[in-house]
Amino acid sequence: MDATLTIQLIIQGILLGGIYGLIAMGLSLIFGVMGVINFAHGQMMVMAMYVSYWIFVLLGLDPYLSLIIVVAVIFVMGYVIQATVVNRIIDYPEAMQVLPLVSIGLILENLALLLWGPDHRSPQTILSLESIWIGPIMIDVSRLIAFVLAIFFTILIFLFLKKTNIGKCIRAASDNRMGAILVGIDVNRIYNASFGLGAATTAAAGVLLLPLMPISPHMGHDFTLTAFIVVILGGMGNLLGALVGGLILGVAELVSTLFLPATLKQVVSFSILIIIMLFRPQGILGGKK
Amino acid sequence: MKRYHIFLLMALLILVVLPLFLDNYILGIFVMIFFWAYVGQSWNVLTGYTGHISLGHALYIGVGAYTSTYLAQAFGLSPWFGMIAGGVVAAGIAIFLGFLGFRFGLRGVYFVILTIAFAEITRLIVSHVEALGSFSGIFLDFEPSFWNFQFSGNLPYYYISLGMMLFSLAAVAIIERSKLGRYIVAIREDEEAAQALGVNTFKYNMLAIAISAFMTSIAGVFYANYIFYLHPNSMFGMSMSIELILRPIVGGLGTLFGPLIGSFLLTPLSEISRAYFAKGGLEGLHLVLYGILAILVVLFMPKGIIVYVRRFLDPLLRDKT
Repeated sequence: MDATLTIQLIIQGILLGGIYGLIAMGLSLIFGVMGVINFAHGQMMVMAMYVSYWIFVLLGLDPYLSLIIVVAVIFVMGYVIQATVVNRIIDYPEAMQVLPLVSIGLILENLALLLWGPDHRSPQTILSLESIWIGPIMIDVSRLIAFVLAIFFTILIFLFLKKTNIGKCIRAASDNRMGAILVGIDVNRIYNASFGLGAATTAAAGVLLLPLMPISPHMGHDFTLTAFIVVILGGMGNLLGALVGGLILGVAELVSTLFLPATLKQVVSFSILIIIMLFRPQGILGGKK
Repeated sequence: MKRYHIFLLMALLILVVLPLFLDNYILGIFVMIFFWAYVGQSWNVLTGYTGHISLGHALYIGVGAYTSTYLAQAFGLSPWFGMIAGGVVAAGIAIFLGFLGFRFGLRGVYFVILTIAFAEITRLIVSHVEALGSFSGIFLDFEPSFWNFQFSGNLPYYYISLGMMLFSLAAVAIIERSKLGRYIVAIREDEEAAQALGVNTFKYNMLAIAISAFMTSIAGVFYANYIFYLHPNSMFGMSMSIELILRPIVGGLGTLFGPLIGSFLLTPLSEISRAYFAKGGLEGLHLVLYGILAILVVLFMPKGIIVYVRRFLDPLLRDKT
């Protein structure tokens, strides 16, 4: 086996894994705080990618520069989804929670189809083709930036949850809903903010992915499933687990292309998913519940 | 005879003579109504009655469609027999899935994700098998004949799909009244309590998933021979899995007539609005409306539209005593 190629794939896997981790962290946050599985997660990310793409085409603003705007837009979207739909179904049995969220995914996916059409689109940003060489190993600049920023955002979210007032309220509501209500936290609003934050996290990941792959309205499912796999790998509701799971999955997917056609790499990730669910359902780092 | 039965017989009679008055396009809509009612009912057997949510039922549609078509192309076997073969394969896969899910105690969302994973893995593998048409899918180009399950015009499909819908109604009515039906409802309400009372929950969960998969795969065979074209993404994809659960949920989950009511309501809406919006270049809008409708139903009538239909019909159908 070609050692250089293997190392190259492992490095690329780690870089991709950082972004996977960021996507999954949003899902994990939403699950950890509200106990709700966001079946529309990938579609929210695709929405963010389209918003970013739109800003790029209409205003000529590079995705990295418009990131704050996109994240804010998707935060509001998540806030509204939580306030209008998810807060009402939080006490439903799990069975009934699935459908509304799947429906939100369906709505977002087809809104994207409606607004931007079925074609694949890829914005030509300044950095998308640059690469640097370390010895025989090539690294795409945009992948490297995406990875560094993904780790930066991950740390930011940790600090936000540990240090700020809202962050502490979120953790309180997640640990004990009744207790949080008793000490005077407006739990519903904290939930709205948490869902918004989860959505914003995945939006940031989406923007980072934008220079790396063409977007199309129907790619949301794949990312929802990727996020599920990562979260289950790392442990449901465990934020650090999301990062670890993301790195593992990224490397596993890319290394598997040594043995399998690239279009089959998801078979590997789904197989990992099933094995983890059967034998270590709490995930590698242990989760909530 | 009770009023209730007279009503059902009359409804059936109307459906049997209806094609005399309809053109081919409207017949096609009815075919879809019966088809989705049948698929919804098949899914209902598992999710409606046992409470275990499957979001991967496209798996069984695809398995039925691909098995029967492959057997027809390779060995000239009639899809009528292919149905049974497809059903057996689908039930086999379902038993394996069920074994993993129920034996290892995957509950709630974990079970949902297991069903999705199975459907996706199958989709990806089928996309890479040359004999099954890989990425480009399979066109069905058999001579129209009863043996080949291919007909010109929608009339034969109308009666076949009507028959399938009636079959599923009868099957679920029998299941509801049987020991199996009582046990799986008990599992849905409280699995641990049912187990404590001596119900072999594992066995009845497995039975329910096998029956559901078998029935769903027959729908797959019908669908393949109705649209003449198999593609891994449209057969095994998530959108198929989502499409087929909307009607029973809107109609009323875990009820005998819920999937039927849901289909009679949503299918014409979807067929007509799709054609209408696509003409105006608004492709996808009908699914947006669909999603909004599904959310509203879950938020404001979680027991489904059947509750309101009952409230209206029950007083009319009750026998005077």
